[in-house]
Amino acid sequence: MYGYSGKILHIDLTTRKTWIESKPEEWYKTYIGGVSMASRLCWENIEVGCDPLSPGNPICIANGIFAGTPVPVGGKYGLASKSPLTGFIGDSLCGSWFSVAFKRTGWDGFVIHGASEDWVNVFVDDDRVEFRDASHLLGLGTYETEEAIREELGDDQVRSATIGPAGEKLVRIANVTNDGRQAGRTGHGAVWGSKKLKALSVRGTSGVTVADPETLLKLSYDIVQAAQGPHTQKYRILGTVANVLNLNRLGLLPTRNYQEGTFEYAELVSGEYLHEHYNVKTIACAQCPIACEQMSRAKDGPYAGAMTGIDYECLFANSSNLGLKDLQAAIKLIDVCDRGGTDAMSNGVTISWAMETFERGIFTKEDFKCAKYPEGFEPNFGNAEAAVTLAEMIRDREGIGDLLAEGTKRASAQVDEERGTETYQWAMNIKGLETPGYDARALKTFALGLAVGTRGACHNRTAAYDPDIKGQTNRFTVDETRGEVAKSTEEYAAVYDTLPLCKFIRRCFTGKADRAGAWPAIANLINATTGWDFDYDDVDLIGERAHTIKKAFNIREGWTSADDHLPYRWQHDPMTQGASAGYVVTEEELKYLKDIYYEAKGWTKEGLIPKEKLIALGMDDVAEEIGV
Amino acid sequence: MPTSTSKYQYITCDPTKCMGCQLCEYICSYVKTGEFNTYRSRIRTVRAEEVLITAVACRTCEDAPCVIACPRNALSQDPVTGIIHIDESRCDGCAWCIEACDFGAISINPETKLAEICDMCEGEEDGPQCIKWCPKEALELTTPDRRAQRARHKLAVEEVLGPRA
Repeated sequence: MYGYSGKILHIDLTTRKTWIESKPEEWYKTYIGGVSMASRLCWENIEVGCDPLSPGNPICIANGIFAGTPVPVGGKYGLASKSPLTGFIGDSLCGSWFSVAFKRTGWDGFVIHGASEDWVNVFVDDDRVEFRDASHLLGLGTYETEEAIREELGDDQVRSATIGPAGEKLVRIANVTNDGRQAGRTGHGAVWGSKKLKALSVRGTSGVTVADPETLLKLSYDIVQAAQGPHTQKYRILGTVANVLNLNRLGLLPTRNYQEGTFEYAELVSGEYLHEHYNVKTIACAQCPIACEQMSRAKDGPYAGAMTGIDYECLFANSSNLGLKDLQAAIKLIDVCDRGGTDAMSNGVTISWAMETFERGIFTKEDFKCAKYPEGFEPNFGNAEAAVTLAEMIRDREGIGDLLAEGTKRASAQVDEERGTETYQWAMNIKGLETPGYDARALKTFALGLAVGTRGACHNRTAAYDPDIKGQTNRFTVDETRGEVAKSTEEYAAVYDTLPLCKFIRRCFTGKADRAGAWPAIANLINATTGWDFDYDDVDLIGERAHTIKKAFNIREGWTSADDHLPYRWQHDPMTQGASAGYVVTEEELKYLKDIYYEAKGWTKEGLIPKEKLIALGMDDVAEEIGV
Repeated sequence: MPTSTSKYQYITCDPTKCMGCQLCEYICSYVKTGEFNTYRSRIRTVRAEEVLITAVACRTCEDAPCVIACPRNALSQDPVTGIIHIDESRCDGCAWCIEACDFGAISINPETKLAEICDMCEGEEDGPQCIKWCPKEALELTTPDRRAQRARHKLAVEEVLGPRA
């Protein structure tokens, strides 16, 4: 078998034993890699119904089919556990050097079981596994931890996925980082912390071979060349932060905790402004010829020296969403998150909830006492120092940071129970995962995609903002086509997330990003790598299968249709300004959208999956357990 | 930073253009070993700081220290191209050449345990494959003299027009 070794490595942190599981080729053809294979491993290895922060929740890591080859943007892996934020599947992607080194270890995936008694760094050194003491790494940030491990092992080719202080303290919005990239969402850092796993390091020295290297090189070379042209211009020049001004014009730029969709200082937090004043260098993940990561540094003022990569989602959450017009403060906030190991998106959206709760008089200055400000502080929107302090308090679970570290869903529920308030009305999450940077009140297909998302409010898993923003659908209304559009866009995205290939390459195959433009080219890449005989339909099925295994996981963990919801605000509070003012997604609209979506998926009215559907997808054992 | 004083061409990387994608390493290892393995690449990307990324290969030094250091006379330098040739029948993997190299450009093949170094793809019709593949045109063949010419040119422009981004 080319492209895979056929072997999954199991590592038990409780017993410190390891074992090898062989998988048949059919299994690989069904689940491929990335989020699909990682989610499938989670399906196979979890103790059903377990607390996400208990030893029964495995860490499942699946590499990409193209990792370690010259296929552009194929250096990515998938990471899945039950999410401590949502209680459902937490599936994330992460790029760069870790994925490539992981490939050369010769393992297709890792499943990490149990929990360690002492802090540990698991080092997979080709086929050898070492459990290394990590107590001296505690408190170190993500970047520092990686460097410390390389220094210890005396090899600059060792790559590590790590957690920062936030993961150590079981912050539910903590993430996992390698090479400056993050498996950002759904709280993986807390799962790693609950197992006392500070870092997973890999050193792979074996070469990667493919079925038809000459063909693969030719195909890859052409894509590399195309990736220097107009199809990736947005990503190469400004990066995704170019979205700020576009979304502001459309009235969709979340502002002050999604109270409005236009920000009066949008120019000052725009990608253009960032590029002109603070960009240091644009860098790439391993194996990527595009390079989109806008490394940006705060030049002066209280946050001088803060530096990290800035993309749109992190930026909106920590600028307009907090009413901040100072990009240097936003850089600092994202820097605190990236080094401390918290998800910058959830960080911003959780702080904005706290700010609104303060402005409404439910929180008072007293609630914000901390070592730095013993008398407390007043976190109004626009208060940069308050935002930065809160990000640090969340990372360290200090003071009110201990509450905010639980994310908006749990934090608002706790406050509402203790104080008899209704702060859930502005807690911006779906299934517990904080919302992304597109206001969905006036993106109705996207609202559906988010509501039914298997990992909660994730723009990356449903790509349905695309037809709404491009005008292929009327974004202000609902109609009978939207179920099919939501299905189609989420399965399209799932193909990329499973291979995985970064979606930024999607126009570089033939100039057209649609299925007809991309799937035959992707089939050629798969075939040259593996020697298989994939065609358009096989590629298309990758997405449906990936989405189905995640949904099946959720059903087994107790999902019901009521979990496919929207934040209260998007259903009840219309915006007052800008091009999207006046809209909400009504309860009737949401119900209708869910109905036609379940129907498009071939599911029951309750959103459950018929047995025959699962069997047709080659998932007989899943049909046995959750099929209806 | 030590620089080569060579009259010969070598492969150089512009750190302001290098993004750290490592495609040069994939291609190099494939050309030389038939496998994709950055451990076996004769050009290496270096990420010294978060934003300080570059790639390093043999600088074809004049009177190359690696050649002088070899106790078994396994290394020799082509008088025309400056390329270092390693005689596999003489090399015993002692690594003196590696210690002698200021650029970290020599490595030991983990399978054969013998030294390996960039030969600028001597056998390839279209020259060094890493240069062909580099998506950002960060890699090129140059000589110290050509680099000096460029530095003077840049300085002249900056003195007149001010520093460029």
